[in-house]
Amino acid sequence: MMVVSKPKKISYWKRSSNARIALLYLLPSIILFSVFVFYPMFRTIYLSFFLTDQAGEAAIFVGLENYTYLLESDAFLNSIKATFLFVLYTVPTGIIIALILALLANEKLRGIGIFRTIYASTMGISVAASSVVWLFLFHPSVGMFNKLLNIFNLPQIEWLLDPTWALFSVSLSTIWLNTGFSFLIILGGLQNIDEHLYESARIDGASYWYRLKRITIPMLSPTLFFIITISLINAFQTFGQIDILTKGGPSQSTNLIVYSIYKEAFINYQFGTASAQAVFLFICILIVTILQFKLGEKKVHYQ
Amino acid sequence: MSLKRVELIDISKSYDKQSNVISNINVTIEPGEFFVLVGPSGCGKSTMLRMIAGLEDITGGTLKIGDTEVNDLPPSKRDLSMVFQNYALYPHLTVEENIQFGLHVKKIDKKERAKRTSEVAAMLGLTEYLKRKPRELSGGQRQRVALARAIVNEAPICLMDEPLSNLDAKLRAHMRSEIRQIQRRLGITMIYVTHDQIEAMTMGDRIMILHEGSIQQIGKPIDIYNNPANPFVATFIGSPPMNLASGVGDNLTSTIRLNDSILIPVPTVDAHFLTERVIVGIRPEHIKAATKETEEKDKFVVEVSNVEILGNETIFTFLLNEESWQVKWSGQWQIEIGDKIPLMMNYESFCFFNSETKEIMKTPSDVENHVFGKEVFV
Repeated sequence: MMVVSKPKKISYWKRSSNARIALLYLLPSIILFSVFVFYPMFRTIYLSFFLTDQAGEAAIFVGLENYTYLLESDAFLNSIKATFLFVLYTVPTGIIIALILALLANEKLRGIGIFRTIYASTMGISVAASSVVWLFLFHPSVGMFNKLLNIFNLPQIEWLLDPTWALFSVSLSTIWLNTGFSFLIILGGLQNIDEHLYESARIDGASYWYRLKRITIPMLSPTLFFIITISLINAFQTFGQIDILTKGGPSQSTNLIVYSIYKEAFINYQFGTASAQAVFLFICILIVTILQFKLGEKKVHYQ
Repeated sequence: MSLKRVELIDISKSYDKQSNVISNINVTIEPGEFFVLVGPSGCGKSTMLRMIAGLEDITGGTLKIGDTEVNDLPPSKRDLSMVFQNYALYPHLTVEENIQFGLHVKKIDKKERAKRTSEVAAMLGLTEYLKRKPRELSGGQRQRVALARAIVNEAPICLMDEPLSNLDAKLRAHMRSEIRQIQRRLGITMIYVTHDQIEAMTMGDRIMILHEGSIQQIGKPIDIYNNPANPFVATFIGSPPMNLASGVGDNLTSTIRLNDSILIPVPTVDAHFLTERVIVGIRPEHIKAATKETEEKDKFVVEVSNVEILGNETIFTFLLNEESWQVKWSGQWQIEIGDKIPLMMNYESFCFFNSETKEIMKTPSDVENHVFGKEVFV
């Protein structure tokens, strides 16, 4: 007779019931992320090691040759340079403008809501629509900018056609477009700061600039850190404005990496090198973001 | 540090230019005084403090600090410090930097800054926390930092807006006496806002009771307790509050009738109290147990509806004309809910209020309830 009372073992099926329920809740995002993020990402990395045929299928394995080719290609190095310049032009300026507007719009004044709406409004405009508007503004003969220059008897500028001005012009439209979003985030950050801190500082006799420096900016640092990160990533990934305003020209001066990827893949049908560029961009953004976290986070004050 | 008095002359405040949230405030706060503004929430006490601080505009009237009118002076020019309810500590600065913030602004030199900081920190027991951030401190320690920040400026006037309301009961009791001691030691003028009548009673040299934006009474705590100006003050100050009921005066029998069984005989000298309607009040501790010697006509029997025994005192509740009345006796009384207890009330213990103007007509005059002079101590 084998009447051994086994210690009651909870079956694996029962023990894992929490995990299964969790998985069920996660399933929608897992599916969406897999289809739209993970699969394309791994496919891109895979393709970057191959030369591809017309249909974009991997044909010949070339290892790292796509990458070495890129780093030796003047066109790509030019793209990198243009991209970094573009980031440099748009990110600091855009955030400073948004910060100034948010500081103005955070004052308690009658009708300030109207200004808040106006300042945030570029958030509601699509890249395509705004780019078309800017296309008209930049137009050499009927555009408003040249008309203005004309009034002050200044020389006309070929905003989008002159290689020395084109990147600046695109940056200008990008700054305008991104201000709304940055403004809204920063304004939200400002409104989260306890009003009593300012009142206490006012009783101590701190001037506006002193309060800005010693209270507002430190208290806003998490928000600023967030918006700088987002703006950097966005700037690296700019595509729409370029496609509509300049198509990468004139003479490659606005051929930012993402536009260059697009041209390589869908105009030249070089999916291999395009993938290599995409991976390169990914690594760039990753490095910049890590650097930012390493250097910036020490200066950020979290509550 | 020269002491200055704070004078409010006919101060009013309105947000919509139509109705006043505060009106007709006239009071002079003497130099070195601990002055408490007390009232239920929404009575305008914080607004008043913020007007004194200069954080709110004054709609009407004159505010004087010392001999100068300061209505239009910015907060920093009024030579005062303030402690906020939520402490308003700068979360990104250390305790030391928080304390020195105001000194920094005033460009006081480094040596003096360090000296004052260490003095104040020592006084408040913060020395070992100077390098910490506010989030690493307990509620009580944060409160001390806020206090330190206010007194380090050595301003002659200190304003406090419900500084103890975020602390637990035990710490609150401790900080009450600590703040009082610091105020005495530094000799500063303190204007202190609270909704807690116990804080008002225990801390204030004088207190001002505000209700719906107007002054109800100003005076020493004990005078207000003994001689409340109106039924609002009577119920606001004192715990449990004064029991109130409306009575009917009868000239024929010289009594005030509270209900079928309770008639208050009124002596002929006080016959003028025998009006049609009169509000009758009595403190819970003035209602006595009827004894064998008590005359039958003075007795009344009530049914106990709730009992609380607080160690050395017993509070029980009964219903009188659907109002719940409370009785407070010292000692531990074996009373159960539902017990019928014979009670008596002395005529001398009653307050009478005019039912129209709400003004007090008669104050309690029992000798036993009055403050003893020092001569009773041997």
